[in-house]
Amino acid sequence: MTVPPKVRLAGRRLLQAVPALLGIIIITFLLTRALPGDPAVYFAGPAADAASIAEIRHRLGLDRSLPEQFLTYVGDLATGNLGTSISTGQPVLQEIITRLPASLELTLAALLIAVGVAVPLGVLAATRPDGWVDHACRFVVTAGVSLPTFFTGLALVYVFYYLAGWAPAPMGRLDIISLPPEHVTGFYLIDALLAGDVAVARSVLAHLALPALTLALFTLAPIARMTRAAMLQALGSEFIRTARAAGLSRRRILIVYALRNALLPVVTTLGMVFSFALGANVLVEKVFAWPGIGSYAVEALVVSDYAAVQGFVLTMALLFVLLNLVIDLTYTLIDPRLGLEE
Amino acid sequence: MMNRRDVLRGVSAATLGAGVLPFLKALPAAAAAGDTLVVVTGTTINSLDLHRTGTNRPSYQVAVNCYDRLLTFGTKTMPDGTLAYDYDTLKPELAESWEVAPDGMSVVFHLRANATFWDGTPVTAEDVKWSLDRAVTVGGFPTTQMQAGGLTEPGQFEAVDDKTVRIRFHRPSKLTLPDLAVPVPFIINSKVARANATADDPWAMEYLHRNPAGSGAFRVERWDPGQQLVYVRNDGWTGGPLPGVKRVIIREIPSQATRRALVERGDIHLSYDIPAKDARELAAGGKVPVVGTPVENCLNVLCPNLSFEPFRDKRVRQAIAWAIPYEDIFRNAGYGRGAPMWGGAASSDSIAWPQPSPYTTDYDKAKALLSETAFAGGFEVPLSFDLGTAEWGEPTALLIQEGLAKIGIRTTIDKIPGANWRTVALVEKKLPLHLENFGGWLNTPDYYFYWAYVKGNLFNSSNYDDDEMMKLVDETLHMRMDDPAYAPKIRRMITKAFDDVPRIPLWQPSFEVAMRPDVAGYQFWFHRVPDVRTLGFRQA
Repeated sequence: MTVPPKVRLAGRRLLQAVPALLGIIIITFLLTRALPGDPAVYFAGPAADAASIAEIRHRLGLDRSLPEQFLTYVGDLATGNLGTSISTGQPVLQEIITRLPASLELTLAALLIAVGVAVPLGVLAATRPDGWVDHACRFVVTAGVSLPTFFTGLALVYVFYYLAGWAPAPMGRLDIISLPPEHVTGFYLIDALLAGDVAVARSVLAHLALPALTLALFTLAPIARMTRAAMLQALGSEFIRTARAAGLSRRRILIVYALRNALLPVVTTLGMVFSFALGANVLVEKVFAWPGIGSYAVEALVVSDYAAVQGFVLTMALLFVLLNLVIDLTYTLIDPRLGLEE
Repeated sequence: MMNRRDVLRGVSAATLGAGVLPFLKALPAAAAAGDTLVVVTGTTINSLDLHRTGTNRPSYQVAVNCYDRLLTFGTKTMPDGTLAYDYDTLKPELAESWEVAPDGMSVVFHLRANATFWDGTPVTAEDVKWSLDRAVTVGGFPTTQMQAGGLTEPGQFEAVDDKTVRIRFHRPSKLTLPDLAVPVPFIINSKVARANATADDPWAMEYLHRNPAGSGAFRVERWDPGQQLVYVRNDGWTGGPLPGVKRVIIREIPSQATRRALVERGDIHLSYDIPAKDARELAAGGKVPVVGTPVENCLNVLCPNLSFEPFRDKRVRQAIAWAIPYEDIFRNAGYGRGAPMWGGAASSDSIAWPQPSPYTTDYDKAKALLSETAFAGGFEVPLSFDLGTAEWGEPTALLIQEGLAKIGIRTTIDKIPGANWRTVALVEKKLPLHLENFGGWLNTPDYYFYWAYVKGNLFNSSNYDDDEMMKLVDETLHMRMDDPAYAPKIRRMITKAFDDVPRIPLWQPSFEVAMRPDVAGYQFWFHRVPDVRTLGFRQA
């Protein structure tokens, strides 16, 4: 029986990720313990005395030796139990299941906008270097990179919500009167459409617009820059000259020959942008009260909530393993010469 | 005649959408409709059970709004016409009456005959006993708070009959009855709790964490951790006047700028606990009513730590107290909200606490005092504050740094993250010079002094250790306030606190809330979490 090469590639990649994940489990465990701050003291609350702090330390299992704590943690992980976050009082797995889709929905929407704007912008800028499109591209790119996301977010809120009143109140993923659609994917937009509830879908879209735009402005720059550079290189290469000499249409040269060859670095950049967009999410989530995973992780970190921090890092690690896999598979679609080496 | 267009104009599209949807699809009211009120806060609710380990302060509101205690506090009108709780008046909540025994060693509570839990079962003395037992047994903060009122063990609580509870005292204390009115000793439906308890979890901590079972004015209709809590009114509530709104939504909005935009636009009704800066600007704007209440028994102070050499000398501490630009701090860090706590009389007859210290900004006096000590040439010291309170801590620290530089004390500012703060400042007490803002729930001076001036106690982060002070606190803590010996002892305590200055009062902070003009009934509470039971809409 032969296994299709793509499946083999995927399988091999997943196997290669195992040692990395093991390392991450050990490192996050040790790093969280190395955090300053004592969760037992923190969670003993105001007016706690030494006895109640000791009691809480015992209840959190923090009075045991590190190897013992680690074994318990790994044992729990093996059964799919990420532990309970002491700061939110919810099982970490449950929190991640509800919050990760919120972050992913926001990030993917932002990337979609960013790619939709940045790739055509980069292509146009490359066809007419130093033309007005190129200058516009440079301006957008510089502005996008140099404005901090919380500033862009607040500015958008000020203009579109506070002054103009076009955007809905920045209070999360839905307006106050709507309840979330039934959980299928956790992506409200998809879930609402699956449930056939157009009113909720519209509300979701309206709430998604400003935060996604904020994040898109931030992620636009590297994509546009990379598209422009890769296109310039592709357009200057010999096969394009040959294509031109052969009298192929301008559009065909640009899209089929140049862009396809330029896409490879763009996709690589996209992978990187996706990862730092997930990080940049935190500030956008704060401004728009978006119940995502970034703000959850930051709050957990601040109060030394071990289980939550470990669960977050592990989820992110898994996410990146998958992301890299997807990107590698995409390479092989764009350029069949790549990736399937025997 | 009213046509369809007129109807539509009157109702926002959102309300209409909600109106035609089945209940589970949407909450049947928008912020505009008259029976739902939306409150925003910047903090997150992490449990519905105050007694659980790790429950944070904002979550105490569930105990306030969904449960009853035996007693509650009355209401008083402040000089500016706003409302605040009244520490001096105890009112019935679940108990309709109570009598203290002639020997002062116990109290008997008579429960309201018609009080029922949400499931319709009557509230019995057995429930009260179970709940109080739980509060003194589970450990952590609830148990410590119960101890403050002299309530330490289940043996003190007795169900005399179905509707009568007796509480025995170890010693008579003026703190016991008020301590029964703080959020901690709330009464739980013990039948429901017991049915969900396990051998490992006899107090049903796991269950009540997510499923409150009480008799209070509101039930929790929905809790999306990290996002919102929705209260719905319990129409059978007997503990007080029925709330004016049917539903209250507590929405968590982390960004302060967003909260401010929401309340200014009028999309929400009340923004709870806003920074002093916003309070001043919104109040000046005049469109959004702002209520600021000085927090009782609370002070923002500068603490020189007596474990560190320069501060062992009383004159060094006094020199610092004379070298603080109080006025600038109050204006620039406190935004003029709250009450000044400097420049008081040299010797005061008042036993009010907090009261202004006799210190003012007098650099010559400070220099003179410092020159008498071994540190005439000044010294260097880190000045720390909690990053969690940076809003006022940072400007205050900078101004203190400037003031101390004038008498040769060089400070480096050290910001300490919130999770660390409690450990280093309060538990290990190893910060040489730092800002602190303790406030006592029970509003008596001796209670403040107990926590902040007695060696080893949590908020005595200055490591102050004085035999006379300890004795005074010990004598006054449980003494009745109308005892003739009480006032002289408190006066002595205050005089001594100002002379020894292990804590240098800066100002009394104020608790600020902004609301839409149509919101009525807001009342300040010492626990500083939203009590939504009194909120409602102004009648047009």
